Amino acid sequence: MELNQLTAHQLLDKIKDGSITSQAIFDSLYQRVNKIDDKVNAYVRRGNLERTGKESGSKSELLGLPVTIKDNICTEGLNTECCSKILQGFRPPYDATVINNLKRSGAGIFELKANMDEFAFGSSTENSYFGSTHNPWNLDCVPGGSSGGSAAAVAADEAIWALGSDTGGSIRQPASFCGVVGLKPTYGRVSRFGLIAFASSLDQIGPITKDVEDAAILTRIIAGYDPNDSTSVNQSVPDYTKSLTNDIKGLKIAIPKEYFVEGMDPEVKAVVDEAVNKLKGLGAVIKQVTLAHTEYAVPVYYIIATAEASSNLARFDGVQYGYRAKSDNLIEMYKKTRAEGFGEEAKRRIMLGTFALSHGYYDAYYLRALKVRTLIKQDFDKVFSEFDCIVAPTSPSAAFKIGERTSDPLKMYLSDIYTISVNLAGIPAMSIPCGFTKNKLPVGLQIMAGAFNEETIFKVGHTYEQNTDWHKLKPVIRL
Amino acid sequence: MRYQTVIGLEVHLQLSTRTKAFCGCAIDFGQAPNSCVCPICLGLPGTLPVYNKEALNSAIKVALAFNCQIQEHTKFDRKNYFYPDLPKNYQISQFDLPLSRNGHMYIYTENKPKRIGITRIHLEEDAGKLVHEEANSLVDFNRTGIPLIEIVSEPDLNSPQEAFDYLTGLKSIIEYLDVSDCDMEKGSLRCDANISLRPEGSSQLGVKTELKNMNSFKGVKDALQFEVERQAELLLSNQQLVQETRLWDAEKGRTVSMRSKEGAKDYRYFPDPDLTLFNINKAFVEEIRGRLPELPLDKMHRFMKDYSLSEYDAKILVSSKKDSQFAEECIKIYSEKDKKPLVNWLIGPLLQEAKVRKAGISELNIEKKELVNLVGFVQRQEISGLSAKTVLSQMIDTGKSAELLIKEGNLLQVSDLDDLNKIIESVIALNAKSVDDFKAGKSNALMFLVGQVMKKSSGKANPKIAGDLLRRRLSNA
Repeated sequence: MELNQLTAHQLLDKIKDGSITSQAIFDSLYQRVNKIDDKVNAYVRRGNLERTGKESGSKSELLGLPVTIKDNICTEGLNTECCSKILQGFRPPYDATVINNLKRSGAGIFELKANMDEFAFGSSTENSYFGSTHNPWNLDCVPGGSSGGSAAAVAADEAIWALGSDTGGSIRQPASFCGVVGLKPTYGRVSRFGLIAFASSLDQIGPITKDVEDAAILTRIIAGYDPNDSTSVNQSVPDYTKSLTNDIKGLKIAIPKEYFVEGMDPEVKAVVDEAVNKLKGLGAVIKQVTLAHTEYAVPVYYIIATAEASSNLARFDGVQYGYRAKSDNLIEMYKKTRAEGFGEEAKRRIMLGTFALSHGYYDAYYLRALKVRTLIKQDFDKVFSEFDCIVAPTSPSAAFKIGERTSDPLKMYLSDIYTISVNLAGIPAMSIPCGFTKNKLPVGLQIMAGAFNEETIFKVGHTYEQNTDWHKLKPVIRL
Repeated sequence: MRYQTVIGLEVHLQLSTRTKAFCGCAIDFGQAPNSCVCPICLGLPGTLPVYNKEALNSAIKVALAFNCQIQEHTKFDRKNYFYPDLPKNYQISQFDLPLSRNGHMYIYTENKPKRIGITRIHLEEDAGKLVHEEANSLVDFNRTGIPLIEIVSEPDLNSPQEAFDYLTGLKSIIEYLDVSDCDMEKGSLRCDANISLRPEGSSQLGVKTELKNMNSFKGVKDALQFEVERQAELLLSNQQLVQETRLWDAEKGRTVSMRSKEGAKDYRYFPDPDLTLFNINKAFVEEIRGRLPELPLDKMHRFMKDYSLSEYDAKILVSSKKDSQFAEECIKIYSEKDKKPLVNWLIGPLLQEAKVRKAGISELNIEKKELVNLVGFVQRQEISGLSAKTVLSQMIDTGKSAELLIKEGNLLQVSDLDDLNKIIESVIALNAKSVDDFKAGKSNALMFLVGQVMKKSSGKANPKIAGDLLRRRLSNA
C-alpha cells in the first residue's frame, strides 16, 4: 500500500520506527492529488497545487502528520473562503483554536483546503463556488455535504484524515456517502473559535477519518475547553483510545422507530438492519424506542439555522475584506456585493432566516422552534436515561446523482432528516461504514450517545469495525 | 390650552474598563485610527465574543447606584442592522432580559426633591466611528466594542430644566462610582431625548419626537426648549404632529427633521447564540453592593446631619465627588463648632473662583489648611470680608499663605483702640452735621460716620469695633 492509503495511526507507527518521514507522506498525498483531483475536486485549488510548505519535523505526538482542513476553518495565512465568492482572497490573520491544537500536537496543516458547500449550506457540495466535488465511489454522484471535500479526500486517499464541520449532518452524511468515519462531537466539546459560523448554536467541528481509532485520536487532540469560545464546555477530555475495547456485551442500544420509515431507500434499510443484527450478535441488547418529535426536526432546524445564519452572514458586506462590488454609494455597494458574492442557496437561507426573525413572525417561528427544540432534546434525554446509545441510519439514501436534487431544495433538505436532531439536541453522533448498495455506494451507520459520551460511540464503532471489513474497502477511481 | 411637557432620556455611557466588552483589546483614546483593534472587535469571520467581567461588574455597580433590581437571568441579544461602523452588522446588546430594571434617582429642580424612574439599565457594545472626507468615508474601529451602558429613564421629566438636572445628577452619581469619564464632548456620554406635549391633566402621551445630536447638557436643554415651543405652536394651531427623529443643530439653535419613524426599523433582535444565557448570583450582587462608595444623596444627608448644614448647602457641596472630599476635609480641619462660615466660603467665594477658572474647587491651587486659616482671619475680624476675597484670589494665583498675603497687603484691620479713637476724633470733628443728626435720633448717620472711619483708615478699620466706639463716644458727649 502507498503511504497516502494508510490510516494516521498506521503512519505514526511507521514514523516512530524510523521507516518513513512525514515529508514522504506529504509527497505521496500531493502525488495523489495531482493524479486524481481533477476528477474528484475534493480540494479547492486556487492555482497553487505545488506545495510550498515545509514538513513540520515535529517531535510532538503527531510527528508532522498532515491534516486536511475544511475551507470554513481559519488557517493563518492560508485562504479561508468558505467556498464563497464573497470571501474571495480572505486570509485570516489567526488560526482557529482547533488548528492551534493540531499544531501544538505536531500536526502538519495540508495547504490545500477541502471543498464544501458555500458557507456549509448544502448536503451535496454542489453549492461550492469552486464547483462540485465528486464521490470517489462513483464520480457521477455527490459526496454528500457540506463537508464533501473532506470526506471525498479521505475516501480517495487524497488525505490521511480531515476536519469537517457539522451543523445538521455536514460531517456524518458525507462520511456515510463516501464510506468513511465522521464524528460530530457534543456541542461545546470542540471550540468553534475560528470556524466561520453558519448556525452558532448548532455548529461543531469534528474529524473525518479512515477508521474509528483515527477518529478517537483526532477528537482528543481538537477537543477541550477554550476561553475564547463562551459555548465551549470546561470538562476534561478523556483519552478516547482507551474506549477502543472491542467489547459491547450487555450494552443497551436503542433503535428509534421514526428513523426507519417509508421514504427511506429499502437497500439502505436492509444494510442498516444487517448492521444492527451484527451488533446484536456481538452481545448488545437491542430495543426499539420512540423519538416522538423527530418529524419536527427538519422544520425546526431550518428556522433556527437560517435565522442564525442570516445574522452571522451579515458581516459579509464588502467593507473590510473579501469581494466588493464597484459602486459609488454605500447601499448600492452592499446590495451589489451581496447579490454578486453569495450563491443561490446562501441567498435563500439568508432570506428565510431574515423572515423568521422579522417583527411579527419571531414568536410564531423562531421562538416556537426553540420550544420544539427543547422537546426534541428531551426525547433524547429520556432514551439515554435507559440506553447507552442509539443506532440508526445516517441518511435515508446512499449518494445521489450530481444535479438530481439541485432544483428541489426541499428534497435536498430531507437528506439530513436523520442527522439534524442530533445537532438540535447538542449530542454527539458518528457515522461509520456498514455496507453498500447494489450500485456499490457506501451506506453509513449512525451511532448517537448522550452529551459528552463520545466514549460509548467510539466503543461501539470500533467494536463493529473490528468485526467487519467495510472500512477497509477502497474506491477505484476511473481516470 | 395649557400643555404639560413629557420627557424621557436615553443615556449611553462608555465604561472605562481596561479592555473592550467582548475581546482583550486595551481601551486607549487618542490613538491612531484602527490601532486598538483585534480580529474579534473587527468582527473577522470565525471570531467569537467573550464578555468582559469587569464591564459586567461596572454595569451592576451603576444599576445598584440607580436603585435598579438586578435580574437573576440575563442574556445578550443581537441587534441587526447594516452600517459600516458596525463590523458584524449587528450590535451585541440586551433586549428582553436586560441586566436591570425599575430603578430611580432624585432631582432637585427648584430645591424640591423629585423622583425620576429608571426603566432599565443594560450593557452593550459601542460601534466604530465614521470619518467623512470629501470623496470618501473612512471607518475607525478603535471605539468598536467598548462597553456601553444604556440608562433609560421613565417619561417622568416635565421640563428642559428637569432634564438638565437629571443629567447633572446622573453624571454626579457615575462620577462617584468612577466607572466612566462622562464627557459628552468626547462622546463618552451620549444622550437622546424623547419629548411630547399633552394637555394638562391628560394621562395619555402625545406624539413624541426623538431628539439626537446634542453634545452637551446645555445642548440637551436648549434642544428640548426649542422642541417644547415648536410642538406647542403646532398644537395650538391645531396642526398634526408626526412621530419623527429630529437632529439638534447647535449653531442655528433649532431642530431639523431627520427621518419619520412610521416605517419603524426592524432590528430582528434574537438571543446571541455565541453568548449563553447567564445567571447573576445574588451573593455576587450583594458583594458589589457592599463595596459601593457613598453616593451623592447619602453624602448630602450625612453632611446635613454631621455638620448641621442646610440641604441647599449640602447639595452644592456633594455634587462633585472630588470637591465634596475637599470640602469635607476642610470642614474637619476647621475647629469651630459652627461650620456655616466655612461652608459659606466653600460654596461662595471659593466656588466663584473655581468657576472663573473653569475648574472644581478641589483643583484650585490652594491648601485646605490655608483656606481654613483665611476663614479664621475673617471670623476673628482681623481682616474684612472684602480683603479676604482678594487674598483668596491671590492665594490661588500665587500659592502663598493667607498670613503672608495679609501681611504683604497690610490688610490687618485696625482694632487697636488708641489708633481707632484717633481716627474717630478726626471724623467727628469734620462731620458735625452727621453728629448732630445722630444725636437727633437719625441712626443712619452712624453708618455714614463708620463709613468715614473706614475711608480714613483705607478700609482697615474694624467696622464693628469702630461702630461701637463711635456710638459710645457720641452717647457720652
